[in-house]
Amino acid sequence: MTTVLPSTEEVWDWLSEVPDPEIPVVSVTDLGIVREVRWDEGALVVAVTPTYSGCPATAVIDLMIENHLREKGIENLRLERRISPPWTTDWVSAAGREKLRAYGIAPPVDGTASDGMTASRAARLSGRTNLVIACPRCGSSHTERVSQFGSTPCKASYRCRDCLEPFDYFKCH
Amino acid sequence: MPSLPDAATPDAAELARQAAAHQTHDPHLANVDLQPAFFDWLCRMGDNALILGHRLSEWCGHGPVLEEDIALANTALDLIGHTQMWLGLAAEVEDAGRSADDLAYLRDAMKFRNLKLVELPNGDMGVTLMREFLFDAFHFELLTALTHSTSPRVAEIAAKALKEVSYHLERSSDLVIRLGDGTEESHARMQAALERLWPYTGEMFAADAVDDAVAEAGIAPELAALLPRWQQTVDEVLAEATLSKPEQRFDAQKGGKQGRHTEHLGFILAEMQFLQRAYPGASW
Repeated sequence: MTTVLPSTEEVWDWLSEVPDPEIPVVSVTDLGIVREVRWDEGALVVAVTPTYSGCPATAVIDLMIENHLREKGIENLRLERRISPPWTTDWVSAAGREKLRAYGIAPPVDGTASDGMTASRAARLSGRTNLVIACPRCGSSHTERVSQFGSTPCKASYRCRDCLEPFDYFKCH
Repeated sequence: MPSLPDAATPDAAELARQAAAHQTHDPHLANVDLQPAFFDWLCRMGDNALILGHRLSEWCGHGPVLEEDIALANTALDLIGHTQMWLGLAAEVEDAGRSADDLAYLRDAMKFRNLKLVELPNGDMGVTLMREFLFDAFHFELLTALTHSTSPRVAEIAAKALKEVSYHLERSSDLVIRLGDGTEESHARMQAALERLWPYTGEMFAADAVDDAVAEAGIAPELAALLPRWQQTVDEVLAEATLSKPEQRFDAQKGGKQGRHTEHLGFILAEMQFLQRAYPGASW
């Protein structure tokens, strides 16, 4: 009896059903952390990249991907951790950005995080990181940063000066 | 690097080897002549991140304001993430069946290769933040140079870590300036912190045979070459913070990189390694 292996497209679809454990409105594919799906001599290989190096969710995400694919009948599975090229918020999909906004998290500003130097002191002094972050609730751009760190490594804390609501910003990385 | 499902598997070293087989090819890993120095140097990278990360984690739940508490814990997490990558590669280079966890939790103090600077007690927020700044400014220059390493494995870890360390440096520079150029009390504390830590900073740039060997192989930069840019950053930030650079020597305290530590490291390890020492092989 021969078993037909599911196509990698089908596996990508399955992976789009795996939510991020900390921001469950977005999937692991929305976040752009699944880098490759391939078959290697009968074994399904899924390459995953961490968002932040020390993000505690990384291990949970691996476990959730493994569990979901096992439920879909994948028996021979190998997860690879891939750190190069390093994950950037530019890989968050357009759909993912809208889901974040609807959830109350300001999405990362696209195209600002490619070289890892955005946050350096020199870059900041030259004005490159003075990005305007719109409030995800009222849309006002009259916002201020409370702290560049937030409830998870990938977020910063902001406050809207118009509707006065505090909110999370998924910071550029 | 083994993932969580793997962590339940007894032979973590075997899993690490399997994972390594699918990593970017790096010719330096097969160079037996270079192996001892490369391993030692990777332990230095990993141990600096591990010990500083542990020190910062001690603030968790004790920060003076919630945002600072969260920021310090996040920075600690980044550094522990870097540790996993550096010590993971060290374990591969050593190829003796040890994992990153074995290196972190089962070595004794004299086998640790971190700078003395990072093992010093946290002191007050002034000492903690000043140390962050002095180390971040060095870490930033070092990682920037390492992104051009002839070792592709080293370069990819550096590129990943650099994105986070640029946040660290931005934050610690801002706070040194804000507190230095703050109240009389905060200024005095920042100046005292600078005097306390200054003699430990020279070790970052003091090269020995290990540094020379990895520099010759093109894996790491000449440490002395990083000094001018570090000095420039430090001078700029201290000037803006209205703090005076100490006149004493900056390299009076050395030896951590060679395993000669202050008494403080033993206390850190007693806490950090307790569980694995008391319950060998424990996992959950």
